[in-house]
Amino acid sequence: MEALTLLSWAFDATLGGTLMWLAWRTLASEDLFKGIVLFIAFGLLMALAWVRLDAPDIALAEAAIGAGLTGALLLGALAKLEAGNEGSQPLSKNRSKLVNKSVNKPMRFRWLLVLLPMLLLLVLAGGLGYAILNLPSQAVGLSLQVAGNIEASGVSNPVTAVLLNFRAYDTLLEMAVLLLAVIGIWSLAVVPESRESAPGAVLDMLSRLLVPLLILVSGYLLWVGGHAAGGAFQAGSVLAAAGVLLLLTGWRPSARFAGWPLRFSLILGLVIFVLVAVLMLLLGESFLEFPLRIAGALILLIEAAAALSIGITLASLFLGSRPQPDQSSSNQSARREELGAQER
Amino acid sequence: MNIDFFYALTGVGLFTLGLYALIKHSHLLRKILAINVMGSGVFLVLVALSARTQQAPDPVPHAMVITGIVVAISATALALALMLRLRDASGRVELPEEPME
Repeated sequence: MEALTLLSWAFDATLGGTLMWLAWRTLASEDLFKGIVLFIAFGLLMALAWVRLDAPDIALAEAAIGAGLTGALLLGALAKLEAGNEGSQPLSKNRSKLVNKSVNKPMRFRWLLVLLPMLLLLVLAGGLGYAILNLPSQAVGLSLQVAGNIEASGVSNPVTAVLLNFRAYDTLLEMAVLLLAVIGIWSLAVVPESRESAPGAVLDMLSRLLVPLLILVSGYLLWVGGHAAGGAFQAGSVLAAAGVLLLLTGWRPSARFAGWPLRFSLILGLVIFVLVAVLMLLLGESFLEFPLRIAGALILLIEAAAALSIGITLASLFLGSRPQPDQSSSNQSARREELGAQER
Repeated sequence: MNIDFFYALTGVGLFTLGLYALIKHSHLLRKILAINVMGSGVFLVLVALSARTQQAPDPVPHAMVITGIVVAISATALALALMLRLRDASGRVELPEEPME
């Protein structure tokens, strides 16, 4: 027993130390690409830390979103940044020299500018650490309330019960945040028309094998979320991973899909959520309160719609700009496709 | 001291490290990375402190952190889009070292 405790302590200490070191290298490395790759490794080790802390739901979400999708987003943005910077490299170097010169002028108090923030941060870290160490070593929090009411939630996984029933407001508003992010990005990006490209043979085969598997895993996670680790967010992010993989192979949503079908699937999760809530309100329950008899089914319905929306939203975030639907009427795009078919 | 407090302190360390990098670096992509590291630190504190129970850990902070992870990626994506837009508009991806006149 003693040896086992020692071993687990050694593991935790190594994990914590590695996390700190990876975070430091991520933020301090000269090369941005290296920094991002280290950040992905950091996310994977965070998933391990979540498992150590008995939080498998978060571990799944972190592995898919924190490490996978955030990494893909960052790498994609870096590639766009470098593609645009190629021409203007010497200019920016000149500018940075100029800036350095002007900064060097008040030389005398420069060390103070470095030292003072560090000191303040140390005080902050010390204060936070002191506050944490002063907390009682045992606390039940809300776990008793959740365990006591779990029967009434319609699901048996406490995290899903909290997310979709006890604190459904959080999840509802979170769906709105996701939608807002997509709207924000769509209104910002100047559409650099990216056309379809053919993938290499390996990527082609890999995506053919992986995408159906990812969709299957996503469905499983959605279903299993009712009674074990899993749920709408994990399912949605795995679905998004399938979408990102497809986008990486050069596939682009066809013009017909990029119009209202895409928009519809983006808002589907939020719409179903609000519809169910309002329906319950009309049936005499309070807002976002589910009657026990159908709570499980309602939660599964909301989760299924949410997972689809989350998946497509996250994949759209990766795409970065609004896929162009044909400005002309759908009739014309249909005709164009017919023309294309005839040419072939 | 037990394992929960160890991870909570690691979270404080990550938060501070991220804050330092956020202040120090002027490149916007680095600032976005730093904010993500800060967020991970906050999540770690929340979840580590929720594990201070005898039996199963408190699920409410867990749910909050899952929500937080999804909000964090939305914010990151929006920040990256803003950064690219700023590059297109002004040609720079770094904040100026001195206040602009």
